[in-house]
Amino acid sequence: MNQNIEQKPACPAGRYETVIGLEVHLQLSTQTKIFCGCANVFGREPNTQTCPVCLGLPGTLPVLNKMALEYALKIAMALDCQINPVIKFDRKNYYYPDLPKGYQISQFDKPVAYDGYLWMTTADGQTKKINIKRAHLEEDAGKLVHDDRNNSSLVDYNRTGTPLMEIVSEPELHSPQEAYDYLQALKLTLEYLHVSDCDMEKGSLRCDANVSIREAGAKPFGIKTELKNMNSFKAVRTALEFEEKRQREVVASGGRIIQETRLWSEEKETTIAMRSKEEAHDYRYFPEPDLVPFKISEALIEEVRRSIPELPRQKFERFVGEYKLSEYDARIIIADQHIAHFFEACTKLYGDTKKICNWLNGPLLQELNARKMDFKNIKFKPEDLVTIIRKVDQNELSNLSAKETLKQVLDTGKDVVSVIRDAGLAQVSDSSALEGIVDELIREHQNVVAQIREGKASAIGFLVGQAMRKSQGKANPKMIGEIIQRKLSNKNDA
Amino acid sequence: MKLNELTAHELLDLLKAKKTTPREIQDAVLTRIQQSDQQVKAYVRLRSNASGEQEPSGDASIPIPIGIKDNICVIGEPTTCCSRILEGFKPPYDATVIQKLKESGAQLIGSTNMDEFAFGSSTENSCYGPTRNPWNKACVPGGSSGGSAAAVASSEAIWALGSDTGGSIRQPASFCGVVGLKPTYGRVSRYGLIAFASSLDQIGPITKDVEDSALLLGIIAGYDERDSTSADLPVPDYTQALVNDVKGLKIGIPKEYFVEGIDPQVREAINAAIDVLKKRGATFHEISLAHTEYATATYYIVATAEASSNLARYDGVQYGLRRHSKDVRKTPLIDMYEETRDVGLGNEAKRRIMLGTYSLSSGYYDDYYLKGLKVRTLIKQDFDKAFQKLDAIITPTAPTTAFKIGEKTDDPLSMYLSDIYTISANLSGIPAISIPCGFSKDRMPIGLQILAKPFDEAMLFRIAYTYEQNTPWHKERAPL
Repeated sequence: MNQNIEQKPACPAGRYETVIGLEVHLQLSTQTKIFCGCANVFGREPNTQTCPVCLGLPGTLPVLNKMALEYALKIAMALDCQINPVIKFDRKNYYYPDLPKGYQISQFDKPVAYDGYLWMTTADGQTKKINIKRAHLEEDAGKLVHDDRNNSSLVDYNRTGTPLMEIVSEPELHSPQEAYDYLQALKLTLEYLHVSDCDMEKGSLRCDANVSIREAGAKPFGIKTELKNMNSFKAVRTALEFEEKRQREVVASGGRIIQETRLWSEEKETTIAMRSKEEAHDYRYFPEPDLVPFKISEALIEEVRRSIPELPRQKFERFVGEYKLSEYDARIIIADQHIAHFFEACTKLYGDTKKICNWLNGPLLQELNARKMDFKNIKFKPEDLVTIIRKVDQNELSNLSAKETLKQVLDTGKDVVSVIRDAGLAQVSDSSALEGIVDELIREHQNVVAQIREGKASAIGFLVGQAMRKSQGKANPKMIGEIIQRKLSNKNDA
Repeated sequence: MKLNELTAHELLDLLKAKKTTPREIQDAVLTRIQQSDQQVKAYVRLRSNASGEQEPSGDASIPIPIGIKDNICVIGEPTTCCSRILEGFKPPYDATVIQKLKESGAQLIGSTNMDEFAFGSSTENSCYGPTRNPWNKACVPGGSSGGSAAAVASSEAIWALGSDTGGSIRQPASFCGVVGLKPTYGRVSRYGLIAFASSLDQIGPITKDVEDSALLLGIIAGYDERDSTSADLPVPDYTQALVNDVKGLKIGIPKEYFVEGIDPQVREAINAAIDVLKKRGATFHEISLAHTEYATATYYIVATAEASSNLARYDGVQYGLRRHSKDVRKTPLIDMYEETRDVGLGNEAKRRIMLGTYSLSSGYYDDYYLKGLKVRTLIKQDFDKAFQKLDAIITPTAPTTAFKIGEKTDDPLSMYLSDIYTISANLSGIPAISIPCGFSKDRMPIGLQILAKPFDEAMLFRIAYTYEQNTPWHKERAPL
């Protein structure tokens, strides 16, 4: 009897499983818009990149940009999708002032691509395969600009007709962190393809999330909410964390989740209900009669296939196999295709890949990050790094001076040899000069000398450090150590 | 005969022989418009520089005055589809057909009246009021290209352009006693034609005779990279098809087109026309186009669905009419949409938008729109099958002659039925021409429709020309 008195919730919070599916909208970086000849550029004066077609003026007709299709096919292939042999568009009908035709040309029942997948690495280093439900081509809408002074809204149509690829994952992500990892993996693949800027801040990559919870192990999905208005990958993760918590609390307190769209508010760090299923649009999709369906030729598919570069996952496996990099190192290097290129170029010049990798993932990345420099734009060349590494090998630079050299090369843009010469960074291996330094140190640090003599070998390190400081890092530390030992043992003898 | 009463090819002969000038022809047309358009109301506006201040260029190859239906964009000129919602809209570009006409030296006279957005069969649904039939001003000219047909029939234009979505060129041509051609879907670019139903619309010539029809189609036809639905096929020299010879041609007569509802006088005229062609050596065969009875229903599902989407852009945001109410309970945006569309669109437009929205709505799509598409395919297959054995098909253009103004305005369904013979050509994409084939007892014109295989407009011209060479009807002019 007693056990019935306390009513437990059907499922305690810890036993809920979160289910997330992501919809990514990617602006394709084609030269012109998807259905007209206007330039596809970001950040111009409002309404300067428009024509009668993208303005949807009466009587105008869309014509498909072949490059947008090729980019879409590239994405389809990179995500190992099935490709629909016939390209067909549909109209998605709804009213909004940024949509000049009153409908968006999109794809409904026959997306360019479907049934693909993406490998991603989770935070704990596991790889996981996430299935891609579909990916389709569509046109972007314009942008509303709110004019607070006049209490009115203006429309900028520059963005109207920018090619978009919508990439929809299966609901197979089970935590906000996994969603984040998926986005990273997707972005990396897309960056390798050179089909988009993938810049969430500029809006060239946008992400909506469908999220629901269910009892762990349960088959049926819970009622989902759709989250919008996240402006960064981190915001996606934070919004999902919030929403996951909110849903658990609602269910735990006996409430029910309502199917609705919720907007993420960055400032308030909360999601706000926008519209429920009852208010949801009926988009009245139907085939776009202005664009006749057409077959994708085998020749086009072959041509696009040939243009696909080595993708992150293949590169990762090759780097681990071919260069014997650790998975950790390989992952860092392939996470930016420019770093990967840099690395490979270095390996052509220098045989010790581990050493290249240590320099690349260590000092070089640190110094670039400190300077907010991007691998894509630096003048620093693989030859430069290899020169520095070789000089260390040949005792011409100390490790410290090598790092200093690197900094100055990055700052000044001068070549490695001139930096070493002009800043006097060359390692001093001239024993008479080094002996002078050691003599000074022995005079100045009698107590340390005493410790060394008493057999405290580690105190030698202190003196070597002081020698490096005195020489501004240029002294050859190995030789310094040898000289100290020799001198002290000599004195001992004397 | 006055210059404006001649055909384009007759005028071109006179021009070639230096017996007239483009200026004289244009003056004759403008004078005629001044005299008679008060009664006919074929035009809704004349082109700003058509009144004579701009001399037509002397070396233009075909400097013939032409009337343009008010749904074809002309750069800088108001183009309104005879709808209040497009009030003040001036396209910043020329339709492809207008570009081609301008290159040929055409003199654009003005914009002709039409049913709002081409929704109608009588030109009564125009925000400018109805056009009158030049043969009897109490009657409608047909529609929706009623202004263009009436302008040509009253010699207020030498020829004109119309658009045909379900019969909008052929039915008014039939009612007004002129020649109207709906080309194969894709033969003429739709770029710059303000869309009614994109998968059905075609621009085509309305002319006084078949030779002019062939000439004008030659000017406007051809592939256009701006229209993905236009066909990338060469355009033949249609004047080569103008031969007085139908010997050995096999022509079908669909039994489904001669059932109840057809005016006996129309039936007699068609039978007489068949006899003329038989005497010239054509053979006639009764055929069945089994899905004919579903054509009208199919058409009103497909066409209104597309129209409901095509007209969504008239929202008051960018161009045309914009209205607000003073109702503060409504959000300003929704209020603008509602007021603009309420004030700007006429009843028939609203009716069709509602019909189309309904058949595309979730829960109804499969039963209406999708089924409509399937039946459309069946109707097309009927024609494909028939044309395996035939060169052409002959039917009446409309079941009756022109009806009285106001007679059908309160009965949309009976209005819709005046297109029953023309709709199938749009649904199946094939070309069809309407030519005059006689008069009723009260002197109203009757039209004969000829249909052919896709892109075989030449066959239409050949049969129509042969008929015309052996009959007097095309020489008749309306008694204004």
